[in-house]
Amino acid sequence: MNKKTKIILGAAIVFGLASCGGNVEEKTNDENALSGDIKIDGSSTVYPITEAIAEEFRTIAPDVKVTVGVSGTGGGFKKFARNETAISDASRPIKDKEKLACEENGINYIELEVAYDGLAVLVNPGNDWVDHLTIEELKKIWEPAAQGVVMKWSQIRDGFPDEEIHLFGPGVASGTYDYFTKAINGEEGASRGDYTASEDDNVLVQGISTDKYGLGFFGLAYYEENQDKLKLIGVDGGEGVVTPTEATVADGTYKPLSRPIFIYVNDKAAAKEEVVEFVNFYLELVPEIAQEVGYIALPSTEYAKQREKFKAFLPTK
Amino acid sequence: MTNAQKNRLIDKGFQVFGIVCTFFGLVILAILIYNILEEGLTRIDWDFMKDLPSRRPQKAGIYTAVMGTVWILVMTTLIAFPLGVGAGIYLEEYGKKTKLASLLEINIANLAGVPSIIYGLLGLEIFVRIFKLGGSLLAGSLTLSLLILPIIIVATRESLKAVPSSIKDASMALGASKWQTIWNQTLPASIGGVLTGVILAISRAIGETAPLIVVGALAYVPFAPSSPMDEFTVMPIQIFNWVSRPQHGFAVNAAAAIIVLLLITFIMNGIAVYFRNKWQKKVKW
Repeated sequence: MNKKTKIILGAAIVFGLASCGGNVEEKTNDENALSGDIKIDGSSTVYPITEAIAEEFRTIAPDVKVTVGVSGTGGGFKKFARNETAISDASRPIKDKEKLACEENGINYIELEVAYDGLAVLVNPGNDWVDHLTIEELKKIWEPAAQGVVMKWSQIRDGFPDEEIHLFGPGVASGTYDYFTKAINGEEGASRGDYTASEDDNVLVQGISTDKYGLGFFGLAYYEENQDKLKLIGVDGGEGVVTPTEATVADGTYKPLSRPIFIYVNDKAAAKEEVVEFVNFYLELVPEIAQEVGYIALPSTEYAKQREKFKAFLPTK
Repeated sequence: MTNAQKNRLIDKGFQVFGIVCTFFGLVILAILIYNILEEGLTRIDWDFMKDLPSRRPQKAGIYTAVMGTVWILVMTTLIAFPLGVGAGIYLEEYGKKTKLASLLEINIANLAGVPSIIYGLLGLEIFVRIFKLGGSLLAGSLTLSLLILPIIIVATRESLKAVPSSIKDASMALGASKWQTIWNQTLPASIGGVLTGVILAISRAIGETAPLIVVGALAYVPFAPSSPMDEFTVMPIQIFNWVSRPQHGFAVNAAAAIIVLLLITFIMNGIAVYFRNKWQKKVKW
């Protein structure tokens, strides 16, 4: 008997749980306290910034439930286009196909730049023959035609050792890969396939730091945290060698391997006060936060512009 | 060499092979646990358990992830246990041995080997979109239930099969109905095996990341869920997220979270083993 009641009880709980699904908690609207939900999803590159902002936002609006997912830029836009999220994190601008999906569902949005991310090219600290590479040399290494052909350092520049080159880079699903291939090889997603790929940049750090003949690329933040294990090399984009630093990324001289990162805000969500507050708070705080989590802030005039842009986007009351 | 000597040699050889096999897994596990303990043990304190996610590794905690995992665990068990055991009993005790039955059998065995991300996609389409449950705990639990159902069904059937037919025959001979036989004899006798299957299945479920990410589990959730429709995060996602961050402090956090996750698994298993032993003792043939 005892067991029977247990099982019946169990079943009752399951159905009970299932049936109370429809109820959404009533939100009490205090006059000066903001409340509500803000759903954010998208790029894992932008995630650390958004997470930090959401964390700080708790202190001024503790009743607003901000949640952040990491579906990737593409995955984030899919949800965004289905009106499932209010804000989408993106490490590249929205694609035409994604724009179309938003249009079909009647979703208007605004794109706001929030910071820069520099892509660093790195070698092992034991590598004493490279201090910079030109864009052409990087292309020679990474272009699709290099697969199985460019296998040795000596093929890249005269005077480099006759040793095998070992390549490390982010996996094809990442926005970082998209950006690098576009900037270096001229076409998004086009590169050789015979390199060690990982979505986890720490794996790349590990790889390059233990391989004297390794070379790879990833976000500058990962170099900053591992300076003792890696050697950063400058890139010559045609106007002399530039090493990525906060200054060279921010003023745009580190070309073409620095990119802006974005948030996209849904117009229906922007009709809600808590979302407006959050975005304003975001733009206000992001210069400081960006540095803290390893990205580079836009010039302050640029933030003013983004704020204006957002203000103009809001429905006039 | 005589035949006997040869056989003894083979015997000895196989014994050594068996020992190596046994220790291979254990040694790897020990190294892993040692590494994680070394890195993460000092990080675990009460604050770590009750803090919310944060960009500062020293301030970040796993409260919401633990709560999410506990919710998922309980709900998945509540859904998958009755369904799985029920299906197992039907297939073993009631189902006729027809072509359809053997087809079902093959399919269930195959389902147990389907990659978990496929279940994630299924859950996304059916529970999240068609049933409109959103990226909620309920959608996540239902998805994980699907994932572990085949394991529970197979385990249930195997342990029902192991009950000697003399027990069932005796029960029937005394005039018990089929239901009475199953409920009073077969099930109690096989409950140990059934529970083992359920434990293994649940342990698998709480380590899953991929299907939950697909279903819509999040990385940053600053509140503990209060209803099955709430959004959530779970520990494996938090660990995954921390491992991929550039700052070393997050790697320490990840190690600490892994220890907590291991502890939860051990405690869960411990409770289940306790019940299994308790119930198994009652059965005497």
